[in-house]
Amino acid sequence: MRASLFITCYNDTLFPETGKAVVSLLERLGVQLDFHPKQTCCGQMHANSGFRGEAYSQAKRLVRLYQDTETVVIPSSSCVAMIRDQYPGLIGELGNDSLRKDFAALLPRIYELSEFLIDRLGVEDVGAYFPHRVTYHASCHGVRALHLGDRPYRLLAKVRGLDLATLPNVDRCCGFGGTFSVKNAEVSSAMLAVKLQDVVATGAEYCTALDNSCLMHLSGAMHRQYAGMKTIHLAEILATTEASPAEAAR
Amino acid sequence: MTQAAASHPILDPVFAPPFPQAALPVLRNPQLRKNVAHAIDVIQAKRAKLVAEKTDWQELRSSASAIRAHALENLGAYLEEFETRCTAAGGTVHWAADAPEARQIILDILRRENATDVIKIKTMTSAEIQLNPILEAAGVNVFETDLAEIILQLGEEEPSHIVVPALHINRSQVREIFSRRMGLKDLSDDPHALTAAARNYLRQKFLTIPTAISGANFLIAETGGVAVVESEGNGRMCLTLPRTMITLAGIEKVLPRFQDLEVMLQVLARSATGERMNPYNSLWTGVTPGDGPLNFHVVLLDNGRSSILSKPTERQTLKCIRCAACMNACPVYRQTGGHAYGSVYPGPIGAILTPQLTQMRHAQSLPFASSLCGACYEVCPVKINIPEVLLELRSQVVNQERKDLVRLFDPMYLGLRIANLLFARAWLFHTAQFLGRIGIRFFTRKDGWIHSLPSVGGKWTQTRDLRGFPKQTFHEWWASRPPAPGPALNKEAK
Repeated sequence: MRASLFITCYNDTLFPETGKAVVSLLERLGVQLDFHPKQTCCGQMHANSGFRGEAYSQAKRLVRLYQDTETVVIPSSSCVAMIRDQYPGLIGELGNDSLRKDFAALLPRIYELSEFLIDRLGVEDVGAYFPHRVTYHASCHGVRALHLGDRPYRLLAKVRGLDLATLPNVDRCCGFGGTFSVKNAEVSSAMLAVKLQDVVATGAEYCTALDNSCLMHLSGAMHRQYAGMKTIHLAEILATTEASPAEAAR
Repeated sequence: MTQAAASHPILDPVFAPPFPQAALPVLRNPQLRKNVAHAIDVIQAKRAKLVAEKTDWQELRSSASAIRAHALENLGAYLEEFETRCTAAGGTVHWAADAPEARQIILDILRRENATDVIKIKTMTSAEIQLNPILEAAGVNVFETDLAEIILQLGEEEPSHIVVPALHINRSQVREIFSRRMGLKDLSDDPHALTAAARNYLRQKFLTIPTAISGANFLIAETGGVAVVESEGNGRMCLTLPRTMITLAGIEKVLPRFQDLEVMLQVLARSATGERMNPYNSLWTGVTPGDGPLNFHVVLLDNGRSSILSKPTERQTLKCIRCAACMNACPVYRQTGGHAYGSVYPGPIGAILTPQLTQMRHAQSLPFASSLCGACYEVCPVKINIPEVLLELRSQVVNQERKDLVRLFDPMYLGLRIANLLFARAWLFHTAQFLGRIGIRFFTRKDGWIHSLPSVGGKWTQTRDLRGFPKQTFHEWWASRPPAPGPALNKEAK
């Protein structure tokens, strides 16, 4: 099977280890992975900040870049949610017929990572080994926009050595919300404080998720407060095997 | 006056400070945050339990949404039908284009009745038009009869929630207010003692004041009737004892048929208070001699609503049935409570309704007072896609603001404009990544983390660290990989 990786702008810049993990994981599962060097951003930051015109031009760029691609994999649920929930409106309003047609054809071929593994590849046991206590944060977009449901849990359940700790109030927002985290920094921090209490109370060593944006927010507070925990993208857990232990430097 | 302004939150979008600023005193107030979070958690748990027992909840939501959407699409016709039926049944219908007109209509009715006192059922619409202070200024004594509203009125507090307006006040604070204002020295904070005190206070009012003001949960076009649901029976007293009843209702409150209540009352009670049915459901049509008020007036309030109705994305805002499930589910509201929203309508619905009611002239920080987590949309019984409307309003605010020259130097605007240029060309984006990696080194400590950033970045680092930029971006790593057949990790694939 062939697939093309859309790494997303912030993973490319800040979290390349997530991308490397996706490559390692998918190639181990027999996927022929491709990477389009001209990719940049899905437009979510502009769309959520009220810059519709700018968001549209990035949406158009992404559709044009991937319109001939068999399958696109994205290790970020909020970017997939942007494409599924906001592109139809943006392209419907500002695009022409040809773009609308190409987007409609591309949309069903775009997968979030856990969707790709379970729905497209049909695997739950990816052969991972991660001997740590881990809690899973169900990010807002994963739960309420993509309806990922139990997919991440099914993947985690098959990781050897992993001790999964249940996170109370699992689907409550961590307070990141993109530019919300700086526009409403104090409210965002109050939300983060409440979330972190739940996360730390699990006694886990790692908090994982399918969105590095939430994890960047959580890890920022963990580091500031010497909370004694780390964050790690689910792809990095799934990529880890006995032969190649995780670096988990975050 | 200055003292009052200092001690009261300002629930007028025209004068209220922006949301991030208005939220600060609450975030620093442990008692308030504890009260709000506790109350919300209790209501949320009750709602979740009662929603779970309805196996057809999603179908109910779809029906409720369709009923409300249909009513709005044909609003003019249904309002006229309501007017005709209500008038035929002995009621008088008044049309008010805005708040001043609605207040004048109500004042004129009260003057004709020579009313010096008036009892009220909880109505957020009357708070929207700031009715109480105007009536008081005109020499009419206003007595709230809903327990929470009594607490607010006697405690000189402002509502912080649309269903449980005194949610930010706990039992011992209620005891203090009642004890002070009712002269009850030995009052305990036992709920029975507190409700008994309120009952004593109210009974006299119900028996002596012949004029009442209510809101409406629903107006029924088919019958010309009005529906009010409540939990305490105070509404039933106000609707039956007085000689004159004035009902103030937003024009969007109309339902086509009596039968629609079957769906609406189910979703409203479960969403609002976590009950299968509201304890008191009052329905009345016009005037019935010997039974209830002899004079019945309905004031239909526009106040910005028809302008909302004309816009396709925003129109859904008017489907709202004021159940408050969105604010109970909102992680932002859970931290800030209602006052920070600077409006009688707080929470996610307030964040979309308030700026629109002011024709987008005020409350422009509210569409940004959300992390877009979607919890509001998930629970909304009439399926208002609040995140979608928030985004639409954000883009309207930006379209207004970006014309200002001063925004050229606003770091947020500048950053987003530059980012847009970079994202259009990969080579520019990659150059910016390279330069950013060098620049960020000046802020990165030896531990590899950024503890302090200037400008907008400082809003992040005031409470959070940020990991320093890695030495290599992903696309650089990809380009540096040896061509296939790749390293050991490719073996199984081959």
